Amino acid sequence: MSGGTVTERLDALYEFDREPVREDHLKGFSSFAGLYAGEHVAGTEFIIGPLFVSHGVTAPDFFLGLAAGNCLAVLCWALCCAPVAVRTRLTFYWQLRRVCGPWLNFVYCIVNALMWCILAGAMIGVSATAVGLPLGMPMPRLTDLYPTSAAWVAVVFGVGAVVVALAILGFERIAWFGKVCSPWMCLVFVAAALAVLPGLGCSSAGDFWRVANERIWTGVPFEGQSKFTFWHVMFFSWFCNIAWHIGMGDMSILRYARKWWYGFASLFGMFFGHFIAWIASGILCAAARGDVAPGPIAYGGAGVAGAVCVVIAGWTTANPTLYRAGLAFQVVTPNWARWKVTLAAGIVTTIAACFPALVMRLLDFVAVYGLILMPMGVVILADHWILPRLGLRQEAAARDGLSINWAAAIAWLATVAVCAAMGIEIFFKSFPGILIALVLYVGLSALLQRRARPASGGPR
Amino acid sequence: MKAGAIVASAVGLLLTIVPSIMVFAGALPWETHAHLMTAGMVLWFVAAPVWFKE
Repeated sequence: MSGGTVTERLDALYEFDREPVREDHLKGFSSFAGLYAGEHVAGTEFIIGPLFVSHGVTAPDFFLGLAAGNCLAVLCWALCCAPVAVRTRLTFYWQLRRVCGPWLNFVYCIVNALMWCILAGAMIGVSATAVGLPLGMPMPRLTDLYPTSAAWVAVVFGVGAVVVALAILGFERIAWFGKVCSPWMCLVFVAAALAVLPGLGCSSAGDFWRVANERIWTGVPFEGQSKFTFWHVMFFSWFCNIAWHIGMGDMSILRYARKWWYGFASLFGMFFGHFIAWIASGILCAAARGDVAPGPIAYGGAGVAGAVCVVIAGWTTANPTLYRAGLAFQVVTPNWARWKVTLAAGIVTTIAACFPALVMRLLDFVAVYGLILMPMGVVILADHWILPRLGLRQEAAARDGLSINWAAAIAWLATVAVCAAMGIEIFFKSFPGILIALVLYVGLSALLQRRARPASGGPR
Repeated sequence: MKAGAIVASAVGLLLTIVPSIMVFAGALPWETHAHLMTAGMVLWFVAAPVWFKE
């Protein structure tokens, strides 16, 4: 096959990057259920579950907090993100350009794409810890920041090449890959946890709650760790994907949905990934006497299948994340085909994945990137639903030919700055941030549009 | 072909979950469970792509 033919075939993977999705390309509910289940049963679940154990959350706080937080997250997907996605049928980035103008969109897309790359890089790093197990590769430690060995770099590049190749093939292939993997992955999490429970003194279902309280979620934090409560668990499980739901990042995915209520498909991701998998990995951590490395704890529960599950769980999260990064970069490189942009993003991602700091400090990063990306989602929501009800113009940048919508720019930067200055834990900062962004954008839009009316002769 | 692949996939999933239940019940050693899970994994990834729709 000639190089030219390959290029033509890759360019043919055109996916409505800059126009609404056509009716004949919409997907059924099962596509989204599979994608969400695959994406949220990720390698990182092997880290997050142990985090709650290490922070000494009690069993009742853990289970109730997860139930409340995950329900709130699903409602945000279904009631905030999906309705706007199916009404516009545009990618998040293209809608943002219409609201905020090309310059602000340019800055935001670079920030956003870099964060997606870092997140995808962390997933590749998690996968690499499992791939390196049978090779006897020395594992990076919690304190390592830079590549620890040539073997680590080689394994990361191998995993990265597969992830990038799948992301280049596009949404349909990614959805299919997630659908194939997700039933098996969910069962591996459950099976691994079940198999280690006898070692914790739990030999029947009736023993579980006692063992959960006495041996797993004991209420006593590990040395040097802060104490977590119900509120920590609820806000963390609600906001750990805030960039996707209130931040509207999943517009790029849900624009393919036939109905807005397909947003409830996120329930599959939350239930299997952020409920079952976090419980399972917490159990695995307790059984491994507090070890938190994904590869070893999965191997300890399920043997080879557990290690393979970590690898595949990392892939299924990294793929859609890298796909989103490619879409974001494409807005600022409009003359490039999407596959070329995704390849460039993939190279950046794979190089970033070589640095273990990305994996070891993932939780800090997740909290920060959610806070940074969330305000622009609030801007899109307010622009879509609130401005027309106040008699203000939607999509001001597109309608008025603005290169930058200052109401959005100030709302974004001021929200991040105010939240950063708040003296509360990072898990709680996004909640007031939503209200701050909403008030600032609506207020500033009213001010700027009313000031502009006398000169422009009123609204169009 | 498709029906056979679906049956093989189901067997793969059963080999993934049932041994762990038996370990939990004290009816199977952990090592056997790990081997059976590996067999289930291979069966799943060979059979499932045959019938999973694109």
